[in-house]
Amino acid sequence: MPTFVRTEKCDGCKGQDRTACMYICPHDLMKLDKDGSETGHAMKSYNQEPEQCWECYSCVKICPQQAIECRHYADVVPMGASVQPLRGSDSIIWNIKFRNGNMKRFKFPIRTTPEGSIEPYEGKPEIDLANISAPGNFTIDPAKLPGDRSELIRL
Amino acid sequence: MAEFGNPEIVEEEVDILLIGGGMACCGAAYEAVRWNEKVGLNIKMVDKAAVDRSGAVAQGLSAINTYIGTEQDPADYARMVSNDLMGITRDDLAYDVGRNVDDSVFLFEEWGLPIWKTLDDGSRVDGSKWEAQGGKLLKDGGMPVRSGKWQIMINGESYKWIVAEAAKKALGSDNIQERVFIVKLVNDKNDPKRIAGAIGFSTRDDKIFVYKFKACLLAAGGCVNIFRPRSVGEGTGRAWYPVWNSGSTYAMAAEAGAELTMMENRFVPARFKDGYGPVGAWFLLFKAKATNAFGEVYMDTNKEMLNDYPPYGQAAVPASCLRNHLMMKEMREGRGPIYMDTPTALGKLAETLTPKEIKHLEAEAWEDFLDMCIGQAGVWAGENIEPEKTPSELMPTEPYLLGSHSGCCGIWVSGPDDVGAPESWNWGYRSMTTISGLFTAGDGVGASGHKFSSGSHAEGRLAARAMIKYCMDNKDLKPELDTPVEDLVAEIYQPVKTFLEFKDYSTAIDVNPNYITPRMLQFRLQKIMDEYVAGVATMYQTNAKMLDVAEHKLGMLKEDAMKMRAKDLHELLRAWENYHRILTAEAHMQHIKFREESRYPGFYYRMDFNVVDEENWKCFVNSTYDKTTQKWNCFKVEHVDIVDKTKLFK
Repeated sequence: MPTFVRTEKCDGCKGQDRTACMYICPHDLMKLDKDGSETGHAMKSYNQEPEQCWECYSCVKICPQQAIECRHYADVVPMGASVQPLRGSDSIIWNIKFRNGNMKRFKFPIRTTPEGSIEPYEGKPEIDLANISAPGNFTIDPAKLPGDRSELIRL
Repeated sequence: MAEFGNPEIVEEEVDILLIGGGMACCGAAYEAVRWNEKVGLNIKMVDKAAVDRSGAVAQGLSAINTYIGTEQDPADYARMVSNDLMGITRDDLAYDVGRNVDDSVFLFEEWGLPIWKTLDDGSRVDGSKWEAQGGKLLKDGGMPVRSGKWQIMINGESYKWIVAEAAKKALGSDNIQERVFIVKLVNDKNDPKRIAGAIGFSTRDDKIFVYKFKACLLAAGGCVNIFRPRSVGEGTGRAWYPVWNSGSTYAMAAEAGAELTMMENRFVPARFKDGYGPVGAWFLLFKAKATNAFGEVYMDTNKEMLNDYPPYGQAAVPASCLRNHLMMKEMREGRGPIYMDTPTALGKLAETLTPKEIKHLEAEAWEDFLDMCIGQAGVWAGENIEPEKTPSELMPTEPYLLGSHSGCCGIWVSGPDDVGAPESWNWGYRSMTTISGLFTAGDGVGASGHKFSSGSHAEGRLAARAMIKYCMDNKDLKPELDTPVEDLVAEIYQPVKTFLEFKDYSTAIDVNPNYITPRMLQFRLQKIMDEYVAGVATMYQTNAKMLDVAEHKLGMLKEDAMKMRAKDLHELLRAWENYHRILTAEAHMQHIKFREESRYPGFYYRMDFNVVDEENWKCFVNSTYDKTTQKWNCFKVEHVDIVDKTKLFK
């Protein structure tokens, strides 16, 4: 199900050098056609290598214009269905349209804290360089490292 | 002024370079920066994509597959890993992940990952609702929803986004370089067994980046698309494992001279056909059964086949490959298609559930796909599949190489020194390879599978601390590259040069006798591997003669890789990814050829040695690659148990 960009909705992220979909695609597939020489649509992005698309939906979810959708793999899936998300800050809504017209809608949580709120080391133990060779990661109390040592048969 | 074909060279020296931005490198960033508050090293992360959505967890996950919990011991985990991988794993490494992994899961929950909970009354609620209903955090004794002995369910659409946020905040944005693809490690001029640097290029600007460092964490994932996939049109991208995992970890380590291990191992997941959607929740949570076309449950009817592979077939949960082995008998003997009997499973559950609970169950089933494999939802929608009415086809996929899921190929590393491992398994720094200063984690660490997302994060953290120690112990080390920068630059940009030199020779840009496109080179690789190295074309079967042919053909392919073209930076990315794929494929082929048995029935068969030969082959196979002669050297390494395996069968 390679992604495609709706011509009427994409605004090329308003003329910035990089679009949101280019920023996020893990496989470097999304490309801004600055002068329209590649697609006939200047300042809009497109999926430059659809047969390498993993359908991870990263671009679909991040697009501020909701201009990106998926069309199921043409060599595999019958036509007419769609699976489209709307990702918010704490949940995601999925609209699934079947080929026969049936619809399903689901909402799932995605995060229990506000985006950007992580304080990585707040309340975490201070480290002691003398423990640099101890076996547990720094947030584990060395006295509470899991494991019944009698299970280790060569000790 | 830099332009295409004439890049700007950016040279930088750091203490520690993290190559990759997935779970392992995010874990490494988190651990390293905390220790570094008292050390003051320069630490940098380089990712070929954007850390928010890079690596195998980019799309999200519906479960964390490794959570030990209070009811199990790390030794139980090491036993499970061993049995699933047919007895040949490093207990020391698995045990070490097992005793550290839950702590990473606690962090994920604290950072905002919604984790399902089982409440006191036995009901299960999703990760955003338990707090209001009296549930607790895992670290405070909250009970997860187990979908299996080791797995816990999550609402994991934003799993990577959350883990990335913590890593990015720890490192600081100035120390993260995205969209730079590292393609080569460089050894030290004064010590060929030491690493000194790495070189890569921007996929956005005409820039080459040369890094010098004391230590690096090479954790750039496993390898996908070396075998011809079952879907070859647009569906090529719908690989089970992320299509951007191109074997860079294994190839760069091999070229640097690091010892690899168990590269014969592969993973052939049996998944929902075409979409490759997850089956774990269906098997484990919904108790669905897999059947042949006539409704027979082959795990029951073919059960005696498990006795052919003692003891691995006789554990409560037989090894993954053996479950495939029983399925493949049905396929070979013409009783396909294979189905997941979803209607029976949902029907049974409906007998005891209220309509509201059934509706919730349906949402859970769909979320399993939508969190981590949206393409499968697309297949079901396109084919009008309603799981309560229609069973769905299952299919074994094309083979994948990885070290974090149900596979254990990778690099031979130094393990922990406090668990009773042989002395030769530890050389001072956890997760360091046989090349000084070169560390790995996640898919990179061989002979210890089943780390999954959480274990890869934990393992990255273990490696990070060892790298800090390595830098402290080697304060005065001054890395020097063994190759002049201009030579490295010329090599890396060769595909661009080739293109610019020959592009006008023919009128069709893709058909030109002077070069090969990365795309066609990949097709050639996939054809060779599929037809000779036990791909789907031969139902995963090969023999020594076929492997000889593969070796010959791969040799010529590697020569032709020097003639790849790159018409833009995107294609230069593909060119180097595919070069990494070739080296990884070669390692896989050489190891399969060396191991004269069929250790993983259901993943591949050496038809000339179609047995598991415990007497001669209950050992690791390790290898090194000589980049000068371009030859592989495979050899046996003794296997030792650190935990008692007989407990699996009691």
